[in-house]
Amino acid sequence: MSNGVGKVEYVSYFDTKSKYTGIMSWLTTMDHKRISLMYMYCISAFFLVGVVLGLLMKVEHLAPGETIMKAQTYNGVFTVHGIIMIFMVVIPGLSAVFGNFFLPILIGGKDVSFPKLNLFSWYLYVTGSILAVASQFLKAGPPDTGWTFYAPYSANTGTSVIIATTAAFILGFSSILTGLNFIVTVHRMRAPGMKLFSMPLFPWSLYATAWIQLLATPVVGITLVMLIAERLFKIGFFDPALGGDPILFQHLFWIYSHPAVYVMILPAMGVISEIIPTFCQRKIYGYKAIAMSSLAIAGVGFLVWGHHMYTSGMSENARWFFSLLTFVVAVPSAIKVFNWILTMYKGSIDIKPPFVYAVIFIFLFIIGGTTGLLLGSVATNVQVHDTAFVVAHFHYIIFGGMGFAFFAAIHYWLPKMYGRMYNLKRANWAAGIMFVGFNILYFPQFIIGIQGMPRRYFDYPVEFQPAQIFSSIGGFILATGLIIMIANLVKGARKGELAPNNPWGGSTLEWTLPSPPSLLNFDEEPVINENPYDYK
Amino acid sequence: MSEHVVHHEEHRDDAGAKLGMWLFIFTELLLFGGLFLVYSVYRLQYHDNFHEASLELSVTIGAINTIALLFSSMTIAMALSAVQKENKKLALIMIGITLLMAAVFLFNKYIEWGAKFHHGLYPGSELMTLLERGHILYFSLYFFMTGLHALHIIIGMILLTICMVKVKTNKINKERFVLLENGALYWHLVDLIWIFLFPLLYLIS
Repeated sequence: MSNGVGKVEYVSYFDTKSKYTGIMSWLTTMDHKRISLMYMYCISAFFLVGVVLGLLMKVEHLAPGETIMKAQTYNGVFTVHGIIMIFMVVIPGLSAVFGNFFLPILIGGKDVSFPKLNLFSWYLYVTGSILAVASQFLKAGPPDTGWTFYAPYSANTGTSVIIATTAAFILGFSSILTGLNFIVTVHRMRAPGMKLFSMPLFPWSLYATAWIQLLATPVVGITLVMLIAERLFKIGFFDPALGGDPILFQHLFWIYSHPAVYVMILPAMGVISEIIPTFCQRKIYGYKAIAMSSLAIAGVGFLVWGHHMYTSGMSENARWFFSLLTFVVAVPSAIKVFNWILTMYKGSIDIKPPFVYAVIFIFLFIIGGTTGLLLGSVATNVQVHDTAFVVAHFHYIIFGGMGFAFFAAIHYWLPKMYGRMYNLKRANWAAGIMFVGFNILYFPQFIIGIQGMPRRYFDYPVEFQPAQIFSSIGGFILATGLIIMIANLVKGARKGELAPNNPWGGSTLEWTLPSPPSLLNFDEEPVINENPYDYK
Repeated sequence: MSEHVVHHEEHRDDAGAKLGMWLFIFTELLLFGGLFLVYSVYRLQYHDNFHEASLELSVTIGAINTIALLFSSMTIAMALSAVQKENKKLALIMIGITLLMAAVFLFNKYIEWGAKFHHGLYPGSELMTLLERGHILYFSLYFFMTGLHALHIIIGMILLTICMVKVKTNKINKERFVLLENGALYWHLVDLIWIFLFPLLYLIS
């Protein structure tokens, strides 16, 4: 497009004219940045639905017995909460939103490799989400299997399981195509001079994630289709009444769904690896170790699924083997935490909201990670399997980890995405309130879990009531913080002060661009540093 | 802001497109991988039943289909070479033969499935519920795996038909043939999966 006139006039991607105007210019866009925002709006909306369902469960738990809903309603609520949060919020969350927006920019590219496929993935996501939400309102009633769809119950229950599993299948397909797009993007769209080991760490984590999406998701896809066939034709793949093997379903399900937790957490680790060096103004410690540990987590993560099934019938050898591998997979995660903390050492730390959220992430992630080891060792697992302890553990990882990393990412990149700044003080307050609320909400569940409170029960013995009430109060504190945070971000994105190009003093490529960036990101060829974190 | 319309520059990256196709093939292999896993588990468990049930299938039809698909894999590869050598007519003929072979395959599948249906042997039928466990699983897997494979054949045929039109209109030519190359790759995948399905379903007796 060089016509000799010189520099292209800067137009932000919001103002770029296309064939259509208004909403159509968004629905037909192939700009990775606009697609990213469309994902973000959908995901945020579904997240709020999930939060409301979560709070309803906490209200139900204020007293033993029926408080506001019947047992069957409770089953529907926790299932829907799980399906929405896992398949529609956490799995696509960071990669579809911030990956889409920043992967091309961070590697100096103009877009992802397949922009049309990218838009198609979004449409698949929306189709799957609509089906998942629809399954709640159909006559048969919301699915009540839990998000895990365990057979044989899922093969026999009268609720709308087929619609919900179809939704999960389509959402999985969307995830596969995003992963495929990102792998090719990393290999083919890097700017000249951008070597694999010059990439920032967020692209590295997205790359590792994309391989999991690509290789693990089809397994759960075909499993869900088999489950649908089982329901329709009474085949007996999984239903023991028909001679099938329910454990086989669990194996197939977790072959995907355990790697899927790394789809959730790896991009979160990538975000934190971006934020820590920026706010410490220090070169990241152990760049290669962090990059390779992402790949190691992705690789070993494929081999640990059995630790979800210690109590459901496996040979002793299989159990110790999966347990060993579970401990092995914890090592690269620990390497990352170690490196983040060492990056802070002797850095000039600037405590701004993204950094605050990142530190909260590290704190909660350590609690979630170490309790994960308790669950990974066979002897203790048998004690706390299917109790509130497990609920607390994975909320520390998924919400405390991925959730807070998402909040950190939005506080970090919002000035770049919208070209406006939010109120920093309010963002810190919101972080503080959420941190307190989060721990009050989930920590008691570790304790009552060890004492024997099962998960997924709408009722409980009266001695758990104080802890349950305590936990419910935490839920409302957390929600309050969430509302403050969202209000602050929305206000900032719409009416905040104009943000400079590099508000935090970051060294990666996105900060060399105007805020918000132009359609093709780089109107001039970017200058690539050998080391992306070029501080000292 | 003045009239300033920026279009996406035409971005062409054949190597990238091919890489994308290979990745998609990995996904497809793992999709079938789940089924192969279930197949192996139940074949181990119901070894004799699987053996007996497989006698119901016609090895002849299966062999004809295998030959048809192998032959079509060759013709689609020849079509690609023809395009690269600017022999449009030959390319069209070769894609045509590939599509014909695919149609032969589907026709045979139709005959096979039709006969089973005629005997009342299909998922959810009354007869099925009377069979032994291993027989039910074998036939369910048979319909599931060959059905999914046939779906892939149909998708492949659509893809190759598009390629054929594009060869005809010169949109696929000596300089740009990545779509045909990807179509051929996909076709080889469909072929490859059949190469596994054929012995596992037909030749285990």
